[in-house]
Amino acid sequence: MSLALSQEEQAIAAGKDGAGMAMRIVAESARLLGAPRLIPIASAHIDGALYHGDSGTLFAERLIEGGARVAVRSTLNVGALDLMGCSRVRLEEPQRGMARRMMEAYRKLGCEQSWTCAPYQAGHRPAQGSDVAWGESNAVVFCNSVLGARTNRYGDFLDIACAITGRAPEYGLHRPENRRARLVFDVSGLSASFLASEIAWPVLGSLYGREVGNAIGVVTGIGDHPGEDALKAFGAAAASSGAVGLFHIAGVTPEAPNVETVLAGSEPEAVVHVTPQMAAKARAGLSTAAAPKTIDAVAIGSPHLSQAELDMLERLIAGRRLAVPIYACTGRHVLASLEQDGRRKRLVASGVVIVADTCVVVTPIMPELAGGVLMTNSGKFAHYAPGNTGYAVLYASLADCVESAIAGKPRFTDIAA
Amino acid sequence: MSAAAEILVPGKAGEGEALVLTAPISFWGGVDPKTGRIADVRHPQHGEIISGRVLFLPGTIGSSSASAVLMELVHNGRAPAALVLHEPDAILLLGLIVAREMGWETPTAVRLGRGVFETYRGTTVKVAEDGAVRAIPGKL
Repeated sequence: MSLALSQEEQAIAAGKDGAGMAMRIVAESARLLGAPRLIPIASAHIDGALYHGDSGTLFAERLIEGGARVAVRSTLNVGALDLMGCSRVRLEEPQRGMARRMMEAYRKLGCEQSWTCAPYQAGHRPAQGSDVAWGESNAVVFCNSVLGARTNRYGDFLDIACAITGRAPEYGLHRPENRRARLVFDVSGLSASFLASEIAWPVLGSLYGREVGNAIGVVTGIGDHPGEDALKAFGAAAASSGAVGLFHIAGVTPEAPNVETVLAGSEPEAVVHVTPQMAAKARAGLSTAAAPKTIDAVAIGSPHLSQAELDMLERLIAGRRLAVPIYACTGRHVLASLEQDGRRKRLVASGVVIVADTCVVVTPIMPELAGGVLMTNSGKFAHYAPGNTGYAVLYASLADCVESAIAGKPRFTDIAA
Repeated sequence: MSAAAEILVPGKAGEGEALVLTAPISFWGGVDPKTGRIADVRHPQHGEIISGRVLFLPGTIGSSSASAVLMELVHNGRAPAALVLHEPDAILLLGLIVAREMGWETPTAVRLGRGVFETYRGTTVKVAEDGAVRAIPGKL
């Protein structure tokens, strides 16, 4: 099927201005994907403002020179700098200046200065069933799966192009028939104690992503709603190890009141029966460091820590002094509450480094350290830290991360799958 | 070997040593945008350089910044000579679409069945502007 643009869309695409450039990018993507037309969107979340090199800055500035502005509500994902000044980013000139120019360009395009990968916990929650154009893999998967709004995995630059045009290609997860589950991922063979543990969700997410790739699956065997932060961790891990844009959890997520509904009356194409051995292997696969004697740092907050997760961190540290820093990455939407009652001061005094607007795997914050070992409770950090920071990774629960940071060496509590 | 491939994103003709990836990759976090080196320690082709090669991709995973990494490789002159994909990848190929809008010279991206990727391993491959993909005889 070939793409049909409306007369108005064709006229915009013919323009030499920024809107024309944005429309051509949306239309060219739509053609590539076989979309029949463009549809209006209610909002956008923009991942494209993170500095990867000068090309992205030059693109954003070209849009501004062409007078472009976003047509719908558009929040921003993390940038490469901590504009709140909580942590020191070791990005040197001229890269630093280019990263700042890029962040400034997206502000000028009319985007909200949210600078978080958890916009859904910062007040940007599109309605169930609405079409949106979100970028950043964890934000996309949360938006689709937990909020029930409809987005594809929009890549950098298409996100802002959709925001400027207010349109997106009609394909993939915008179409209800493509949102039904085809695979079943059954976790009923795992122990109740493992499923209730904090590590269950990142570990299962990592396994799920590897097992399903880009297919749509439904997780069965979960009794109670595990809480939003658990679903956030599951989706982020799944979208790192696979190309997961939407998952369902029977009885938990909005489009899966039960398995039958989300399978839409069809038999599943495959059923993955998750065994304790599979979960144990997935957990082991999140670590790359082989039995190190010491650790150099802990990083948490991918996706960005919620208020509840920071509360938990504070409770676990309980006023003790850390031997190695815990980098706690979060959004400016939770900073205000951290300022209350001297909480931020207490955390910093313990040895926590608060990182706002950005995170430790997208920009250089942690010292360069040959043979460095990083501990994390995030499946996403575990996935990306070795390639992006050079640190080897040890995966552990938040409680073990805190005890290890206090001891300066790995401390593991046994959690059997 | 030669095949007429569907053009996904048009660009200039390219020639280079085939690099056939045996596992899907996330460009962001998986490929260094400055050097084109595969940086993902868990990837089977970790350490290989994609720049100047004809890159056969069995799939992409992970971050939605793959497009930004590919566009940066184009801007730095470190892009693959051509890309051969099993299916259109909406995220990665945006890097080429946007680079073209910026007026930069981009490699061609074409589509071929995953089943034939292995037949190009170890050869020098030429991808023509019309999408023809062929191994150059006598050049290994």
